[in-house]
Amino acid sequence: MNSGDGASHLVGTVRVKRGLADMLRGGVIMDVVTPEQAKIAEDAGAVAVMALERVPADIRRDGGVARMSDPAMIEGIQAAVTIPVMAKARIGHFGEAQVLESLDVDYIDESEVLTPADEAHHIDKWAFTVPFVCGATNLGEALRRISEGACMIRSKGEAGTGNIVEAVRHLRAITGDIRKITQADAAELFDWAKQLQSPLGLVQEIAETGRLPVPLFCAGGIATPADASLVMQLGAEAVFVGSGIFKSEDPGPRAEAIVEATTHYRDPSVVAKVSRGLGSAMPGLEMEGLETKLADRGW
Amino acid sequence: MTASGDPPLVGVVALQGAAAEHVAAFRRLGALAVEVRTPGDLDGVGAVALPGGESTTMSHLLGTSGLFEPLAERLAGGMPAFGTCAGMILLAAEVLDGRPDQRCFGAIDISVRRNAFGRQVASFEADLDTEGLDEPFEAVFIRAPWVERIGSSVKVLATVSPRSTLQDASATLAEGPDGLKYHRSVPVLCRSGPILVSSFHPELTADDRIHQIFLEMVGASVAR
Repeated sequence: MNSGDGASHLVGTVRVKRGLADMLRGGVIMDVVTPEQAKIAEDAGAVAVMALERVPADIRRDGGVARMSDPAMIEGIQAAVTIPVMAKARIGHFGEAQVLESLDVDYIDESEVLTPADEAHHIDKWAFTVPFVCGATNLGEALRRISEGACMIRSKGEAGTGNIVEAVRHLRAITGDIRKITQADAAELFDWAKQLQSPLGLVQEIAETGRLPVPLFCAGGIATPADASLVMQLGAEAVFVGSGIFKSEDPGPRAEAIVEATTHYRDPSVVAKVSRGLGSAMPGLEMEGLETKLADRGW
Repeated sequence: MTASGDPPLVGVVALQGAAAEHVAAFRRLGALAVEVRTPGDLDGVGAVALPGGESTTMSHLLGTSGLFEPLAERLAGGMPAFGTCAGMILLAAEVLDGRPDQRCFGAIDISVRRNAFGRQVASFEADLDTEGLDEPFEAVFIRAPWVERIGSSVKVLATVSPRSTLQDASATLAEGPDGLKYHRSVPVLCRSGPILVSSFHPELTADDRIHQIFLEMVGASVAR
């Protein structure tokens, strides 16, 4: 009731957690592995950076167990920039998530890019003050993550490939089913909940609002300004770019171009303008040649 | 500009951030609102809203989109403006803890400290006693800025006390030796002439009373 008492502040509420995701909408979140890269990202207009030790393309190449980054490395990036800093924890590894929360990261990505720590359970994200983003390949997976407390959903795509095809598949699966649910009658919603293996309440909410209860972002395989424009037109509200920037020939201009294309995604002349003379994009991989599909991780 | 008495079109700067919520709030109140991404989108716009989002990103995109100069010109000409969080930072005269190249319009004589309440884990909700409103306003603060200095023309409509656990809260406890006004509670909703700014996000709650205050300011500005 008053403004004079610090004790009346509520932290970690759903509104506050989802609110930061809302503030990132229309923006680009960039993977960075050094403070120098973080500065390049901020200079280019990134809305946030994801601090990690290796970008997905290198994790894929190197193999072995991929874990949470060194706290010193995350702190170095926090010191280098003024924009939000996110970090990744392994699926189900609430111990890593607790460490990341104690470091004051702004968002935790419970990520399939790292090696899963639990083959049945994701993190109970309601237990944290810091908000979480989780990947999803379809609507059922998205709603299960939201029921566990995720405050932002991103497509998984196929990280580290520079190939947009999987992200497009995931976005279309999520938005397509949302459109169908808005046409369903009340009795059909029970079956939708069963098919999606998701809470009925969330399915009913989607039937009413026509959208996920949390922002839907795109991740996995974005390498060019036109990729960003494509996924924004398919219903993504912001984009994550992982290997696509710092595995390209000239990261700074490419980062800036993807930021502009994300803002002006409806205007092909702007996307064309910023796409000129960017040098080579990251090389990229075909899905058929992959030994490990990261998107299959998560339950 | 519209003829005197007509409700002006509100342009919501939609380069990045929570622009859609502002458009929806203005429309719920019966006002006309459009998203603005290019200088051409400003045609017919009589008032602007700058939403929450990332101020450094918006500053960058205001430059690349060519919107900064025409907007600055209109603000200097007295166009009403409403800035929330990042929007408040962009309308301020001075930004503390910003990037050195961060631009702002100087439309309201305040100094604003970015991310002043702390990182995301310190983001909070609080009920604010607000001048002009009978009941408190449920305010959502996200990595919010606060107002550290106000000029003599600025009226403070709501304040909040930083949580005592924040070490740098002491920065606002002292009376300034420079004769400038400093507050024990920090201002989070301020008005000066046709400019309204908030540290928090009225666009994230279903309560449209702060937007209503702005529309009344716009109406008064048009009538004058």
